[in-house]
Amino acid sequence: MQSKNLLELAGAISSGAVRVVDLTFTLSPDFPVIVLPPEFGQAAPVRIQEISRYDGRGPAWYWNNVTFGEHTGTHFDAPIHWFTGKDLPNNAVDTMPAKDMIAPACVIDCSAEAAQDPDFVLTVPLVEAWESKHGRIPARQWVLLRTDWSKKGWRDYSNLRDDGAHTPGPNPAVMKWLVEERGIIGFGTETIGTDAGQAGHFEPPYPAHHFLHGAGRYGLQCLCNLDQLPATGAVIVASPLKIQNGSGSPLRVIALVGSN
Amino acid sequence: MIDPIKPPRRKNPLLRTRLPASPPRPRSRTSHGFTRAAAEGRFMLQRCEACGAFAYPAREACPSCLSPALAFADAPRQGTLLAETTARVPSDVYFRERAPWRIGLVKMVCGPTIVAHLHADCAEGAPVRMSFQLDKGGQAVAFARPEGDTPNMADDRQWREMTADPKFRRVFVTNGRSLIGQEAVVALKAAGAKTVFVGVAEPWRPFAGEDLLRRQEGVEVVTLDAADEKSAADLAADIGGKVDILVNTTEYVRAGGLLDRKGTSIARDEIDQAYLGFINLAQAFGPAMRMRGADGVNNSVAWVNILSVYALANWPAFGAYSASQAACLSLSHCLRAELRPGGIKVMNLFTGPVDIEWFQTVPPPKVAPRAIAQAIVSGLRGGLEEMYVGDVAEEIRQRLAANPKALERELDK
Repeated sequence: MQSKNLLELAGAISSGAVRVVDLTFTLSPDFPVIVLPPEFGQAAPVRIQEISRYDGRGPAWYWNNVTFGEHTGTHFDAPIHWFTGKDLPNNAVDTMPAKDMIAPACVIDCSAEAAQDPDFVLTVPLVEAWESKHGRIPARQWVLLRTDWSKKGWRDYSNLRDDGAHTPGPNPAVMKWLVEERGIIGFGTETIGTDAGQAGHFEPPYPAHHFLHGAGRYGLQCLCNLDQLPATGAVIVASPLKIQNGSGSPLRVIALVGSN
Repeated sequence: MIDPIKPPRRKNPLLRTRLPASPPRPRSRTSHGFTRAAAEGRFMLQRCEACGAFAYPAREACPSCLSPALAFADAPRQGTLLAETTARVPSDVYFRERAPWRIGLVKMVCGPTIVAHLHADCAEGAPVRMSFQLDKGGQAVAFARPEGDTPNMADDRQWREMTADPKFRRVFVTNGRSLIGQEAVVALKAAGAKTVFVGVAEPWRPFAGEDLLRRQEGVEVVTLDAADEKSAADLAADIGGKVDILVNTTEYVRAGGLLDRKGTSIARDEIDQAYLGFINLAQAFGPAMRMRGADGVNNSVAWVNILSVYALANWPAFGAYSASQAACLSLSHCLRAELRPGGIKVMNLFTGPVDIEWFQTVPPPKVAPRAIAQAIVSGLRGGLEEMYVGDVAEEIRQRLAANPKALERELDK
């Protein structure tokens, strides 16, 4: 591509001809984190500690020390996050190819189904039905599962019951199929994980993690504003923090949306 | 007989809130034997090891036989009020604001005569029971109450200066997700607290006992993640001026010491919850509490910590947890000194293993959360500073006093 085309894109972003949609939740201490049984190590929530705020600790400046887990808030999963991807080359956030951080997305709207059933699972026939309307999912694109889950209050958002979380996600067959038959670059959700709340009971357990990371693909979760994206054609910018050997990171995810 | 205190009315916002004053503080080093007794709710006097005579006030030699062996020992509490007087215009600011103030001379059955603060129902010539209490300056003073119970006894004006009775006060229980927190809420409500605020971290995460907690009348569930600086500050902005008693029920118990744990993430959680949580709570709520130490019937009076007795001596099976508790114990002494100008008591309640999930594999005896809740109430009513709840806590204390090195070896098993 010639430079002038790239500059044209920059101009379109600046003028608003290309919309920029923020798909990110605010990184805050009270945002729900994934809950594992308490005897396991836990994801740390966000902590923000003031260093100074125009006061005796620093008269002219405000700044904070911030700590969080790699999988806190809207975040990115790298292949090294899962055992299936542990031996792949360049499988961590610091070594993954930078070009993978920008890719188009197909958005599959399952908000009606998820509203009916918190344990809704995406299946191959559902994606095939989507493809019959919007065309075949191209290789190296994100598939984003829209459920409108991000619009819920946080108790309903995490939806924890005495038998675990009940949130929508993909079934094993569709994950294997998306990775192997469609060659997607990654899978993104509005929920706390790329997998369904009950995915620990699937075969294999946590199929999104299992198949995505095993094939060197990526995950995005805790996304919002997916309802502002077209079914096809949006371009996702998702560049995680360059944490040494990092398994993922909170990040700002934005989507570029053309006017048609 | 005294009239019961009435529920306090809402404050007149046109009036300045009175700042706390302290009664005189100087004491001799020896006199702090009484401070220890008062802190624990014991009645101790010096007793001559040579001739057995009790002595008061504190001194360096026995007034009967001049022996220097005068150790503090538990003493009988009975006495008779010989004479009383009422100070109407004392020169000391603290007493002047609280005048008229009754004091009297009590002849103890065990020998000495003691100048004591008097409960209103004490009459000249009548028997009294004596205690040492911590006053608003944190120092021990002798206090005489009638021998038997009288109606509305705890409502006595002078007695209430020495205690932290929950009656009509607003209490903040910081962690309602724990069994101890939930039992404390019930016990403090039953003890007459006007309102019990109870903190719940991560309200999106359900927990056992939640329905009951939310259903109780006079109980307000508030969002608090004590380990989060902003959460504590935000809550204090809402209710900081209404907290008369703060009960820190932070609970984060994990087994393990140093070598069999990998890395620092659990230790960090322990420190986050217990130690930094304590700091966040103190910085958010402490200043307003200290300022409201003389704010009427529902003045701010006490801060309660529930600590593991292994704060005193490390139990390697829960070694890192013990260390986090030791840090909190140290911090509590700092807090006590800093809250002292407000007359706020800091009560530490030490327990052995509690009958909760995280001590599941520890054999009994374990302390029931309800017993801790009841101890909180009785400690506040008695105005105590140190409590040991349950056999394990008491035993550890005694073994530590007897031989710290032996205890260290014995806990290593």
